[in-house]
Amino acid sequence: MWRDAALVAGKDLRIEGRSRVALSQVAPFGIVALVLFAFALGPDRETMAKGAPGLFWVAVLFCTVLAIQRSVSVESSDGARDGLRLSGIDPAGLYLGKAVAVAAQLIVLEALLAVGVVLLYGAHIEVPWMIAVSCLLGTIGLAATGTLYGALSSGLRVRETLLPFLLLPIAAPVLLAGTRIWQAAMAGGTPSDGTQWLRLLVVFDAVYLAVGVVLFGPIQETA
Amino acid sequence: MTHDLTTTPLEGPAAAHPYSGAATNTRVSPPPSPSTTARRTEHIIGLLALVGTAATVWLGIWVTPPDKVQGDLVRLVYIHPGVAWVALYLAFGLAAVSTLLYLWPRTRSLFWDRLAAAAVEVGVIFNICTLVSGSIWGKPTWGVWWAWDARLTSTAVLLVLFLGYMALRRVPAEPEVRARRSAFVALFAAIDIPIIHFSVDWWNTLHQGATVLNANLSPTIHGSMAWTLLLGFVALTLVFVWMLLVRYRIGAIEDWLAANELDLALAERQAEGVAASRVASDPGPAGGSPTDRVGVA
Amino acid sequence: MAPAALPPPAVSLRDAVALSGRFPLLAGVDLDVAVGETVLVEGPNGAGKTSLLRVCAGLVPLASGHLSILGLDPTRNRVGVRRRVGLLSHASHLYDDLTVRENVRFAVRAAGGDVARIDPALERWGLVGRLAKTSAGKLSAGQRRRVALAVLTARWPELWLLDEPHAGLDASARLLLDQAVRDAAASGVTVLIASHESGPVEDLAGRAVTVTGGRVTGQRTLAPTAATATSPIPAAPTSAVPPAGDPQAVGRVVGQDAPTPVKGPVAHVA
Repeated sequence: MWRDAALVAGKDLRIEGRSRVALSQVAPFGIVALVLFAFALGPDRETMAKGAPGLFWVAVLFCTVLAIQRSVSVESSDGARDGLRLSGIDPAGLYLGKAVAVAAQLIVLEALLAVGVVLLYGAHIEVPWMIAVSCLLGTIGLAATGTLYGALSSGLRVRETLLPFLLLPIAAPVLLAGTRIWQAAMAGGTPSDGTQWLRLLVVFDAVYLAVGVVLFGPIQETA
Repeated sequence: MTHDLTTTPLEGPAAAHPYSGAATNTRVSPPPSPSTTARRTEHIIGLLALVGTAATVWLGIWVTPPDKVQGDLVRLVYIHPGVAWVALYLAFGLAAVSTLLYLWPRTRSLFWDRLAAAAVEVGVIFNICTLVSGSIWGKPTWGVWWAWDARLTSTAVLLVLFLGYMALRRVPAEPEVRARRSAFVALFAAIDIPIIHFSVDWWNTLHQGATVLNANLSPTIHGSMAWTLLLGFVALTLVFVWMLLVRYRIGAIEDWLAANELDLALAERQAEGVAASRVASDPGPAGGSPTDRVGVA
Repeated sequence: MAPAALPPPAVSLRDAVALSGRFPLLAGVDLDVAVGETVLVEGPNGAGKTSLLRVCAGLVPLASGHLSILGLDPTRNRVGVRRRVGLLSHASHLYDDLTVRENVRFAVRAAGGDVARIDPALERWGLVGRLAKTSAGKLSAGQRRRVALAVLTARWPELWLLDEPHAGLDASARLLLDQAVRDAAASGVTVLIASHESGPVEDLAGRAVTVTGGRVTGQRTLAPTAATATSPIPAAPTSAVPPAGDPQAVGRVVGQDAPTPVKGPVAHVA
């Protein structure tokens, strides 16, 4: 399972390295979203700084949808999905590999967006480690659910329109938890303000990773 | 098909229903029709639901007294909690249980899939009714149509998840493929419900005092109110069951229609041919107007 | 039971029905292929040849009937079967952004194959030098097929399923393919070749079965040319190859199951 996961993750990241889709399209889209949020909230920096945590996570969620679409489309050309099924690769390994590749791209993206939030909105971060942990846990959750829904919708002709509708409500707890942790980290309050949210993220990640490892095989054979 | 020319009348039930007439393609199975007991149960439940709802309305509007604090607004208590009970517990619970029974290999059958789908669809209607009746109640009592209260938010998220499930089911697919796909999505959503519930609860603890059924109501509930409240719950549950039964039956017919579409179309087309040749070969007085004959020729 | 010493057949289909929606891809196929045999599956377009191969690869589940591949049940042991089977299909399963070598390397490693066999395989199909470092997106259709064949020969699975293997290949590649099939047969590999035109691939196979309307409607023994002459098929499996004129033999079960005769007309062309 781990060997297959590493293999698939390496393959997806190598494809990203060649095509630069995430770097040259998804990341700029995230920055554009931040700028648009600024336009929507007006030039008042105080409002922007206050809304920064939520805006950051909304931008991340939108980028997740794009990253998942890309991750699915990589496998849909030239019957690659059939090729993977035919190779007899372990479905759990395949799931973890795809998720890890998406997560790695999202982490880089979040770093960019976090810098953007600090520079553009003037957000002041008091407790950086909480931000880092929330991003890591949130990303795992988004990659875990996204890869599952990506596989489910991969055979559908209406994939592009259906995926966000199905995925984003499911990912709502990540948005809520991530935002609250950021708010705590920015306010410089006690870390205990964020711990119950961190715990929630851990549960979310663990549950969906477990479901994905168990059910990815049947899902792959269904779609 | 030549014998049909002599035996099948042009008009009448056989021509109107291609799957029951002599021009029928034999491959077409008859549409699923429930047994008489099933139909009778459906009718009885429907009737009880109607009577129960009517009685609730009568008791709720004319018999029970207005509340000291809320006045006539309190009458929403006979509808809103009952609707919410159906939407949030009954429909959701039934959909979750039938999905699990579908996913469990030993009990896997399209029956559970259709039941889950029917529960979700009826649940969506009740969910919308919950939000609407809640809004109507909320405007005069809280002063706003919508508050980001934990319960309201959870209900709205549940509605969105249900709508996503329905959108997925609308994607054309084979019944088995659609059933498995929907079951996975329903399972992922069901897992998320408690997590969403907790997170929304922690997210907004400010409006907790504003939830509907709390201390300031209960002391004023008196005899007739309690009975009406109970009757409302029973009546709405019956309405749900009746809608569920009807929706299930429609689902079964839809599946049958999808499966037999081609055969039906073939049978219909053949019936057309039979009709046309009848008109062309035997232009009797009942064979149609002169323009029809010109069109055929 | 007398045939207990026999190895299980490479492919055993019993009254196999496979559906795509409600359309029967396979409408009751009975087929036995012994280990080491090379069988040509012929029939017109849409007869069910591709579906038959996809069923054997475990890609399409059976709606009814029985299937065993190399003695395994593909529905129970999906991964186990797929790791031992190779399918050359219409699609090449390549990632456009990866180079030829990277594609082959990924496919072989994903299937748990031996990485040391990648370079010889690339060499066999002329995918060397600059070509090996070209990204797959820049290749022509025929070159993509060569890459798919390189994956197959590098993996060297126990059962090869070749769907119209000559399609899109130039003359030199066809010769290479024929040689690869002979080498495979010589090493004890079972090969199923689906083709709508029997001519060019006929001398590779020892037997041809005809598929029409989703069922096996006939079979013939092919002239023992280079294929059968050079491939040392083990003695036991050869006996499982039914001689012409014995329609019961087609449906004979090698294992302990009850014998099921082939349903429908079985045409024999000697």
